[in-house]
Amino acid sequence: MKEIELQCQPDLLYDGEIPSDVRTEELMLNMGPQHPSTHGVLRVVLQTDGELVLKATPYIGYLHRCAEKIAEKVTYRQFTPYTDRLDYLAAMNNNLGFALAVEKLGGIEVPPRADYLRVIFAELNRIGSHLMATGSYGLDMGAFTPLVYCFREREWIMDLFESASGARLTYSYITIGGVREDLPDGWVQRCREFLDYFEPKITEYNNLLSYNHIFINRTGNVGVCPADLAVAYGGTGPCLRGSGLAWDLRKATPYCRYNEFDFDIPVGRGQNGAVGDCWDRYFVRILEMVQSVRIVRQALDKLTDGPVQTKVPRIVKLPAGEVYYEVENPRGQLGFHLVSDGGTSAYRLKIRGPSFCNLSVLPVLAPNCLLADISALLGSIDIVMGEVDR
Amino acid sequence: MYTYERPKVEYKGLSLTIVRLATKWGAIGIPLLLRFAWGVFFAAVVAVVAFVWIVGRFINPLLPWFIRDVVVVVGLLAFVCIVAIIGIWGERKVSGRIQSRLGPMRTGHWHGWAQSLADGLKFVQKEDLIPRDADQPLFRLAPYVALVPAFCAYLALPFGVGWVFRSADVSLLFVLAMLAIEVLGVIMAGWASNSKWSLYGAMREGCQLVSYEIPMGLSLLAAVVATGSVNLIELGEVQSGGWFSWLIFQNPFLFLAFFTYYIASLASCKRSPFDLPEGESELVAGFHTEYSGFRFVMFFFAEYVAMFAVSALATIIFLGGWHSPIGGPSSPLWFVLKSTFLVWVQMWVRWTLPRIRIDQVMHACVKYLLPFTLLLFLGSSLWQLYDNPAHPAFKTFAHLLHYGLGCVGLLLLGLYFTGMGYGYYNRNRLVGQMARKHLPGA
Amino acid sequence: MMTPSEIVELLKQHDAASVVSAVADGPYPHVVLKPEKLVAAAGFLKTEPRLQFDLLRCISAIDWPARNIVEVAYDLISTSFGHAFAVKVELDRADPQVESVGGIWPAAQWHEREAFDLMGVMFLHHPDLRRILMPEDWPGHPLRKDYQDVVEYGGLKFNP
Repeated sequence: MKEIELQCQPDLLYDGEIPSDVRTEELMLNMGPQHPSTHGVLRVVLQTDGELVLKATPYIGYLHRCAEKIAEKVTYRQFTPYTDRLDYLAAMNNNLGFALAVEKLGGIEVPPRADYLRVIFAELNRIGSHLMATGSYGLDMGAFTPLVYCFREREWIMDLFESASGARLTYSYITIGGVREDLPDGWVQRCREFLDYFEPKITEYNNLLSYNHIFINRTGNVGVCPADLAVAYGGTGPCLRGSGLAWDLRKATPYCRYNEFDFDIPVGRGQNGAVGDCWDRYFVRILEMVQSVRIVRQALDKLTDGPVQTKVPRIVKLPAGEVYYEVENPRGQLGFHLVSDGGTSAYRLKIRGPSFCNLSVLPVLAPNCLLADISALLGSIDIVMGEVDR
Repeated sequence: MYTYERPKVEYKGLSLTIVRLATKWGAIGIPLLLRFAWGVFFAAVVAVVAFVWIVGRFINPLLPWFIRDVVVVVGLLAFVCIVAIIGIWGERKVSGRIQSRLGPMRTGHWHGWAQSLADGLKFVQKEDLIPRDADQPLFRLAPYVALVPAFCAYLALPFGVGWVFRSADVSLLFVLAMLAIEVLGVIMAGWASNSKWSLYGAMREGCQLVSYEIPMGLSLLAAVVATGSVNLIELGEVQSGGWFSWLIFQNPFLFLAFFTYYIASLASCKRSPFDLPEGESELVAGFHTEYSGFRFVMFFFAEYVAMFAVSALATIIFLGGWHSPIGGPSSPLWFVLKSTFLVWVQMWVRWTLPRIRIDQVMHACVKYLLPFTLLLFLGSSLWQLYDNPAHPAFKTFAHLLHYGLGCVGLLLLGLYFTGMGYGYYNRNRLVGQMARKHLPGA
Repeated sequence: MMTPSEIVELLKQHDAASVVSAVADGPYPHVVLKPEKLVAAAGFLKTEPRLQFDLLRCISAIDWPARNIVEVAYDLISTSFGHAFAVKVELDRADPQVESVGGIWPAAQWHEREAFDLMGVMFLHHPDLRRILMPEDWPGHPLRKDYQDVVEYGGLKFNP
């Protein structure tokens, strides 16, 4: 193995001016892999002058589980459970992305009922993921109650998922060729009950958290990310839409019959500060929940009868070639670059996690924030380390 | 490689005997105690109340003062511990109910009332962990500096006329001074922990506590000006005579002073929304991160003891102290009831509101609360100047406003009970069908 | 919104010498560029008013020991028009080096760190090229096809 020399050393020290007439020292603070508000095993090394953050350097890789190497060893069907564990809060969407990538390369058609079921489950999982993001963001800001309310709603969604797929968090329900099983009896009725119960709850969360003056003071005008900065750093999802850019893959490059549904794309409008602050990113998630409820209602109405799976061999063999397929996850665009050499497993599978790119903007937004704002920033970017590290 | 050498603890002589006896009899005694915990608790409460009553009624005029002092201090200690224990249990139940869950339900068989006792037992038997690089003397001293002054505040706090350890002419100043010493313990804890995160908590606490003592004191001074005395017993006695004689309704400045005092007291108790020093989401536990076992219990107790103390102060000065609002006999029970109500409101606020950032906390204090309380103090002083028979027109106006504010207070109380009743009556719909089906006893 | 063949045409018009090959149809339309012309072409792709590929979605490094190359694929999309495209470079497997496009798309910085970490591709003029997912002193590049599993690291032994 050839010795590879690094071209430069990592630059951790802030070399700007710190104006003061009293002798002060900077503090190198380690917001370590174990921390209540880093949303997983993320390490951020902060250089602070008192409460003012001068530099923030994230260190990732604590949850690296070699998913891409494993994809070269196991067959395509066997890899579906691994996609669950990428963004474990939005497992249905991960499954969907992988299944669509494989189906595009293999030229596999999916029956219409499976498409609508995929949309229903993906959007329900989006609601669940945003509930988790909202609740834990409230917890980061010190509001303990919205967390429990959001989890109460998530329990209902998880009950629905459990009756359909058998699991509460990592489902492997959306597989290559369709979905794994059809719905149990009464599922549609229970889903409608949940939607009727859930819609007024969003108003409750708004009254409790979103329009709370203390919350607005904590998150408004904090971590302002202009749209061009977000795009330049590869930010997608609510991080990009919160900055004002109406870019959503479900509308731009529709997949899975999303073009048949009628829904809006919420964007941040700077209601409580500059456009692209933490409050905007947070509120985009609340509005997206409303839109997801709309989509699920339409999908339940459009649900046709028929098979839920096309006949796909047990060991899937894809023709040689490659494809890059992206889907709109709750956290951004999840991409699968699938290279096949005609065998039973992928030759190379590169997974583009949305949180990986969203997190890369943290060192740019962090300087000149206060220490308490770092929690606000991380919570509003809403990362899941499973897809940052894979 | 660094290997951890566990400090060897060896018991010798008398300590060994005690440990052996405690282990042997504790294995039988503690389950027995918990089985009859309900009865034991009732008996303990009855015993404490009877003890205090007997002391007050019979022993007080008979025995020399120092025996009376010892007995009263022990009684106060017991009261303070009960306040802390019930406070912790109450916090967990209140937070549970607000969050659409139940809180402790199992220890003690009735809504988990013995949870605090069980937690206390758990903490007592924990390993005494002190970080190797911590400042040993300061680390050990800090919990005492936090807890003891909070308890000392009760020495001058009257529960009724004659229900006080020492009636001093400056009892209000004494109580405020004692509550302010706690900040020293907090800073010591944060510094001695040898952890940057604890240091952050300590520094934030230092800023916050010190700056919020000023509006606290000024709001109370507005009431002192109205009565002309810093003696808490006199401040309480002025308000005998039912609802409308309470100091809070006497003039609009005092009405507002109550709220500013309450907000400032939330900050000085490090309660949410001002709980940044122990900001659980950012600093794990702030200044007391490195504390475990009984040392942590002392900080925890200090918080609940201080909560009750500031609520007690608000009760005495603004809410009529030990006097009944409906014109019956005054008793310490009214005092405890009103203070408990204020503590419950503190918990209610904690579980509703998010946390305020430290620069916003300081901003709010220095730019808004401080000038406002100065105005209130000024207004209250001017009110006293003009509210006397030499200015009859003003006197009638003041009289009207007095009774008007009393009615506003009645309205607020009515709104409170209406809100509570509405929530209870509609708890099915508000909490949600699914949660209600899964929560027995909700 | 332009079709892949139109995009290929535009690129060829801009600098035909940089294009090694192009695939305009199929599931993955892309061009293969010469490594030394990558940055210029990337700048063109981003700034050309009809293309405006402002979002760099992904940088994937693919190891082809049979062809003795390491491919680096840049997946792009335009948030203004919605068209997607990909650009590839083929690098010598023994010493894969290419200029960093971090100056054009700052998103590339972390993706290139990952490609360096897992595949060993050197990105010239990258401001901070060090490992991102593996520990700083990890030997080897794990996603190479000839990567030998590490048996001992930092005093810990792994059971294969």
